[in-house]
Amino acid sequence: MISFTLNGQPVSVEVEEDMPLLWLLRDELKMTGTKFGCGVASCGACTVHIDGVASRACQTWAADVEGAEVTTIEGADSKAAAAIQQAWVELQVPQCGYCQSGQVMSASALLSETPKPTDDDIDIAMEGNLCRCATYARIRKAIHRAAEIMEA
Amino acid sequence: MLHYLEHALSAPKPSRRSFLKMSAGAVGGLLLGAHIPKEALAQNGDDGLIQPFVHITPDNRVVVLSKHLDKGQGAATGLATLVAEELDADPTQVSVEFAPSNPQVYANLLFGVQGTGGSTAMANSWTQYREAGAAARDMLVKAAAETWGVGAEAVSVANGTLSAGNNSATFGEMAAAAAEQAVPEGVILKSPEQWTLIGSDMGRVELPAKTQGSVGMFAIDYQPENALIAVMARPPRFGGTVASVDATAALEMPGVEQVLTLPVGVAVVANNTWRAAMARDALNIEWDLSNAESRGSDQLIEEYRALLDQPGLPAGTRGDGAAKLADAAEVVELEFTFPFLNHAQLEPLNVTVEFDGTNARFWSGFQIQTIDHNVAAGVLGIPFENVQINTKWAGGSFGRRAVPNGHYAAEAAMLAKAWLDATGGARPIKLTYTREDDMASGYFRPLHMHRVRAGVDAEGNLSGWEHRVVGQGIMIGTPFEDFLVKDGVDESSLEGTNDTPYAIPDMVVDVHHPTVGIPVLWWRSVGHTHTAYVMEVMMDRLAAAAGRDPVEFRLAHLEGEPRLAEALRRAVASAGDVPEGMHRGIAVHKSFNSYMAEVADVRMRDDGTVKVEKVACAIDCGVAINPDNIRAQVEGGLAYGLSSILREEITLTDGEVDQLNYPDYMPLRITDMPEVTVEIIESAEAPTGVGEPGTPPIGPAVANAVANATGQVITELPFSKHGLA
Ligand code: FES
Ligand code: FES
Repeated sequence: MISFTLNGQPVSVEVEEDMPLLWLLRDELKMTGTKFGCGVASCGACTVHIDGVASRACQTWAADVEGAEVTTIEGADSKAAAAIQQAWVELQVPQCGYCQSGQVMSASALLSETPKPTDDDIDIAMEGNLCRCATYARIRKAIHRAAEIMEA
Repeated sequence: MLHYLEHALSAPKPSRRSFLKMSAGAVGGLLLGAHIPKEALAQNGDDGLIQPFVHITPDNRVVVLSKHLDKGQGAATGLATLVAEELDADPTQVSVEFAPSNPQVYANLLFGVQGTGGSTAMANSWTQYREAGAAARDMLVKAAAETWGVGAEAVSVANGTLSAGNNSATFGEMAAAAAEQAVPEGVILKSPEQWTLIGSDMGRVELPAKTQGSVGMFAIDYQPENALIAVMARPPRFGGTVASVDATAALEMPGVEQVLTLPVGVAVVANNTWRAAMARDALNIEWDLSNAESRGSDQLIEEYRALLDQPGLPAGTRGDGAAKLADAAEVVELEFTFPFLNHAQLEPLNVTVEFDGTNARFWSGFQIQTIDHNVAAGVLGIPFENVQINTKWAGGSFGRRAVPNGHYAAEAAMLAKAWLDATGGARPIKLTYTREDDMASGYFRPLHMHRVRAGVDAEGNLSGWEHRVVGQGIMIGTPFEDFLVKDGVDESSLEGTNDTPYAIPDMVVDVHHPTVGIPVLWWRSVGHTHTAYVMEVMMDRLAAAAGRDPVEFRLAHLEGEPRLAEALRRAVASAGDVPEGMHRGIAVHKSFNSYMAEVADVRMRDDGTVKVEKVACAIDCGVAINPDNIRAQVEGGLAYGLSSILREEITLTDGEVDQLNYPDYMPLRITDMPEVTVEIIESAEAPTGVGEPGTPPIGPAVANAVANATGQVITELPFSKHGLA
């Protein structure tokens, strides 16, 4: 039995200790906001926050989140996440949208840590998030815009 | 040949005739009166006005039925804009749902079957969806006039509200009465000065949801009650088959329900994707590879190179290329190699299927619904009308979901049938490709080689052009064969060469289409992915040989193509001076009836790699329906092309794909992305393609910039082979 806090609610699930958190969320808990892109931590589509840190759910084992606070896109309601989501719509960032749960989770973790990120900060925080539609130029602008929204 | 292909071939054929019908202007009038059954559309038992392309609900929503898949290119919002414009709807009341599969009503007017591709969504719907909006408006107006006892001319419509004197009503309030009105025989569309939504940006209808987890939108997230997951082991080489399976260990693993041997592989059905994948690893399968393709990509390149020495099928001759070349003052000869490419759309292929022996339902990001539908029905052995095809928003496609043989619908159908045979019960099953499955499953942009000899005369003008192409034809053996293959020549290998917009009076083009057992497919911008590279690198080399400026040289040969020439002038003007420390390359290309120019400024890093810093673009795509979406498509389209020339390459060793996941096949990252500016050239022409035209010019623009920086002309892709990326 694995017990942790998911989007503020306690959950307990009976799964293998080595089941990736991604499949625990998607297939056991039916929480599909967290996406599957590669399974090997190289696309960022599955990014969630574990104790506030952006992490790849596909390479996190169920046992690793015992007692942890996990936030997925469905529960992303921090000030940073709200600013990111607002800026994302303002600048019309998503195309297909499949990567965007992960992009929003990585970008909101960045803003929570670094409220006024530089382009270099953005490169470091976002390089692991692949967008095959290449919405990158808009992602960069929207992170700067979200920083302004947070300040206001 | 895979046995289910016959079902694809028996589907209604795409044809040139449907194209002619459209050019003759017989578009929407026929379809305006075509009702589809209310049950197919009505939700929650509500009524309202139900038309094939638009549904106005009593609770005042305007639901546009999109016949096109939206895979990120913005087709849904484009169609919604056309309807909302003519309807005078309030954009906030408009949403989009995907239309059911029904080729009689929802055919792409350029294909003759229901399908999305070739950057045609707006081009073929331009009149049809505006007429649909205008017809619905007409019915609302007549209903209001009747209700209020006034003449129709007294009723005005604005922002989703009907009014006359002191009377006013929302669309929703008038929807039921409108449904009683006759569908108009013909409608008058607004003139461009009357547009308020076309050409302004109403914002993508689905974007807020896409920042909040896209709940319920993608096929991979569809989880009906009781659903199971299947992953499939496929032969390691294309054309292999299953010889024997030992599933003992797999069947004992947790969560595993069934192991089913299908004609195309072995499927493990389990209650969780990870458990299914683990159990698949535990299968012991012996493959029969005796008829499989076992050549590697290096061997294919050698064979293709040998073909470059032999005359191919004639693919366009004008003037006397050989004689002109013999007299040319300068001759440039280059050989080019373009690798297989994977689409690598971020949502892996997946299909959910449920079959009870009589009826079947499918859910996926279907892109050529008519073919998928036909193939599914054929494989299951049930009538077309017993199959329901549900189209979901797709997490990218770039061509991958549009398969002329319906292979993923076929796999799902085989799976559902085998499940029913094995268990006797119906159960929804989601067949999921892992990333490794998706990357190794073929349907690649085909490997192509080109050899070109071209000359300039003493005045520095083009004089003689010989061009030979070798590559698998994408359309050969598919239902699209009639459409694009003539006398054995597959136009999709050549587009952009034999129909070049440049004035080349003496040109000879020929082609070889070798038979290779690797499934190939269109990949964002199809043949233009390689032909534009060849033409535009050649143009820079020829300008240099003639001692002329590359922009001036191009313009001199584009006198008959004012729109392309203007795109080039505008892109160059908007790029301004070459920034300090950078090197510039330019390219132009016409594709999908749009005119595109790109100016790339690159910096060579100390380690010898190239960083593309800025790209200035200009596009003429006719009327700009959603300008910001056009900019987004050009940004994404050119980045997709840039990604491919920098690092992307699928190779095979002894018939087996070498790249298995993103670390081996590395698409563009945020750190590679240039700054992009896009000028949209004002035009009153009908709208043309937007999703693909941004892709072709970037490769040659960057190659030309690198040649200017280093003197090295890259003719073998990708750049990473040469230490440049
Ligand atoms: S699915 Fe986890 S990083 Fe790609
Ligand atoms: S929006 Fe399509 S992958 Fe990022």
